[in-house]
Amino acid sequence: MPADFNWAIGGEAGDGIDSTGKIFARALSRAGRHVFTSKDFASRIRGGYTAYKVRTAVDQVESTVDRLDVLIALTQRTVDENIDELHEGSVIIYDGERTSMQDLEIPDEMVGMDVPLKSLAEEAGGAIMRNIVALGAACEVTDFPIEHLASSLEKRFSDKGQSIVENNKTAAELGAEHVRENYETESAEFEYELETTDEDYVLINGDEAIGMGAIAAGCRFYSGYPITPATDVMEYLTGRLEHYGGHVVQAEDELSAINMALGAARAGARSMTATSGPGIDLMSETFGLVAQSETPLVICDVMRSGPSTGMPTKQEQGDLDMTLFGGHGEIPRFVLAPTTISECFWKTVEAFNLAEKYQTPVYLVSDLEMAVTEQTFPPEAFDMDEVEIDRGKLVDEDEIDEWLDDEGRFRAHAATEDGISPRAKPGTTDGAHMSTGLEHNELGRRTEDTEIRVEQVDKRQRKVETAREREDWTPREFGNTDADNLVVSWGSNEGTIVEAMDLMGEDDPEFRFLSVPYLFPRPDLSEAFEAAEQVVVVECNATGQFADVLEHDTLQRVDRVNKYNGVGFKADELADEITEVLQ
Amino acid sequence: MSSETRFIDFKSDKQPTWCPGCGDFGTMNGMMKALANTGNDPDNTFVVAGIGCSGKIGTYMHSYALHGVHGRALPVGTGVKMANPDLEVMVAGGDGDGYSIGAGHFVHAVRRNVDMSYVVMDNRIYGLTKGQASPTSREDFETATTPEGPKQPPVNPLALALSAGGTFIAQSFASDAQRHAELVQEAIEHDGFGFVNVFSPCVTFNDTDTYDYFRDNLTDLAETDHDPSDFDQAKDRIMDPDGEYQGILYQDEDSVPYHEAHGVTEDMTEIPDGAPENATDLVREFY
Repeated sequence: MPADFNWAIGGEAGDGIDSTGKIFARALSRAGRHVFTSKDFASRIRGGYTAYKVRTAVDQVESTVDRLDVLIALTQRTVDENIDELHEGSVIIYDGERTSMQDLEIPDEMVGMDVPLKSLAEEAGGAIMRNIVALGAACEVTDFPIEHLASSLEKRFSDKGQSIVENNKTAAELGAEHVRENYETESAEFEYELETTDEDYVLINGDEAIGMGAIAAGCRFYSGYPITPATDVMEYLTGRLEHYGGHVVQAEDELSAINMALGAARAGARSMTATSGPGIDLMSETFGLVAQSETPLVICDVMRSGPSTGMPTKQEQGDLDMTLFGGHGEIPRFVLAPTTISECFWKTVEAFNLAEKYQTPVYLVSDLEMAVTEQTFPPEAFDMDEVEIDRGKLVDEDEIDEWLDDEGRFRAHAATEDGISPRAKPGTTDGAHMSTGLEHNELGRRTEDTEIRVEQVDKRQRKVETAREREDWTPREFGNTDADNLVVSWGSNEGTIVEAMDLMGEDDPEFRFLSVPYLFPRPDLSEAFEAAEQVVVVECNATGQFADVLEHDTLQRVDRVNKYNGVGFKADELADEITEVLQ
Repeated sequence: MSSETRFIDFKSDKQPTWCPGCGDFGTMNGMMKALANTGNDPDNTFVVAGIGCSGKIGTYMHSYALHGVHGRALPVGTGVKMANPDLEVMVAGGDGDGYSIGAGHFVHAVRRNVDMSYVVMDNRIYGLTKGQASPTSREDFETATTPEGPKQPPVNPLALALSAGGTFIAQSFASDAQRHAELVQEAIEHDGFGFVNVFSPCVTFNDTDTYDYFRDNLTDLAETDHDPSDFDQAKDRIMDPDGEYQGILYQDEDSVPYHEAHGVTEDMTEIPDGAPENATDLVREFY
């Protein structure tokens, strides 16, 4: 019996698939099991179909695989879409009373369980609970104690009243009972038994981790414009940020969102906005101003498939070039890309510190898969005591004197040795000054003086060089350091590559894996490249944007593994691809 | 905040490069007077300016200021005010900045009703780019880019503001220094978004909407029986195709500014050295 168990529910949009999936994921998490969820995308693109997959194990799970052990199929199509992932002994739970499911054919080697979901739900109090009946049935099949499901239902429905909670618990119980009474033999033979532990886990997605990281880091102002898949950052912060003395504004567009955030940052608040590629296009207008006016700002790009409207609900890491090079002129910046969901939290904290220490915009680049994946972590993964705040060279009324010129004017853009100028919050006595997108002198006054122009450009670029020296840009390392082969990736592929490594057998080529969260400045990989016989760069885009910059950095050619069909890498598929490239 | 602050304290040591006679001189002087008269000083004042001749104002005034990108000054001011409600926020712009590229933000800033003032130097022309039609140019106003005139009606900024739920809508004339300063002061003192459209003649590129034109055609509402609290009267004046008015067109005396409606009253700029107290509650929510 494999250590992991894979479950899914599929149906039509509007069937409550996501909500049901989350309830089951939470039940597993509350039972002390690790969980990794994914939205299962249709292989044949056609409207309507949606599915939610849950992979669970006692140990941490970092990715998804192409295997299904129990499937709740609300439609015939759900079975058709997943037939390749089902295997001998897989259980398919369906409602045979549903007209469209009456002719369902289940392959002989699989177990079909006909559960009257709708009728039992009505018995419990309403047809709307049919998915909960199915969850109850799934608990019985997997020998999973139903009280954990009850606990998850409690969390989900408690704000709707105790009678709703009780009805849902009854619905789950009726589903379990039906399986017990009608499929006793089959369920007893089912090879999975979902054991529980006493651990408490946090179940969180990437957007929520970014939002929580922002609050932890002292972010007080958020302005945004709804866009898939970044909206959950704003929805998470709404109502919570207020509780910590901040505020969330839904702006009229992304142009306004970034300018509001810029205004709040100029006022001295830690401030951020989040969007996806199309919003980054609009925000690029102001991005240069943020850098030119030396304003600390965190701009989060939760990437989705582009260009233009592209495939708005599909995965892609296509915005690397945009975040590294976007905007007219030469714009100093930092670009961070968290590599796991828990790192979404920590990189957000780091982004705020970098922004304020260097008075420079920071792109925080996440992606759709991290945004929609719920994953479990031990609570220590988000240890708030570990959060450190560094506001950089923020000067108060006592310190400001040393930054005034002979005429008492504040040198807000003083060309210092490390490039970092003092920053005075509005309200600070004697600190009044203007900052501008125009080239300016140290007082913030417009200039076209050739020497001052060079001095100010150099000063702003010097901040990046200072950061390169002072901060730690080390990549995350996995596998055998001495292996002949090197695999490099960025962003959310880390977990999948680590798992692919585990899946590869002794006969497969061994490799060292560097997962790079720092895209600019980025670590110098020259030595690692020289030491390797072969270098493979894995990323979810068509052209190999990261591979391009690494070739440029190291003056060495790399092999590329790319995927851009809208679906992220899966561990088993990636293991095969890496093996093929390395052989 | 010093009671002795004079308007000259808001003037920077940088000499304006506006054309001699430009309406923007008078507009800026009135802004500085109004700021001083309302007890503000440069260290608690934040001026936001956009792009265009009007955008230069941040350089010529002395205060905390941001000179931003074209058309986005209002969102910047919104963010500043929300992050620190103790600051006096004044946004300055022109008719191109506010009613063309920034028209979307204008409408939403009006309905958001953040407690700040917005002073628009309306010269009915693009001056910095040397004389093209602006959104407030007349239908038959001939320019290099509109040789037969724009052939479309001008934007009526006061009507936009009124229809978007504006709570303070005024108009002034740069040359009438005292009335202009009074009206900007009223905008500052208003609880909410104080909007003043200022006729600020361009002496170089606009030979139609001149000082003389406004002197001859401007009616001061203070000299009429106009009641600014009467929405219907305001509507009639604003939609009057033949009238040019100076004064407060409309003021909602029950205006509830954004920070009161949303409870955004805390200074957001002070934060602890680590995660906020009770931050662990956020983690527990995910159990």
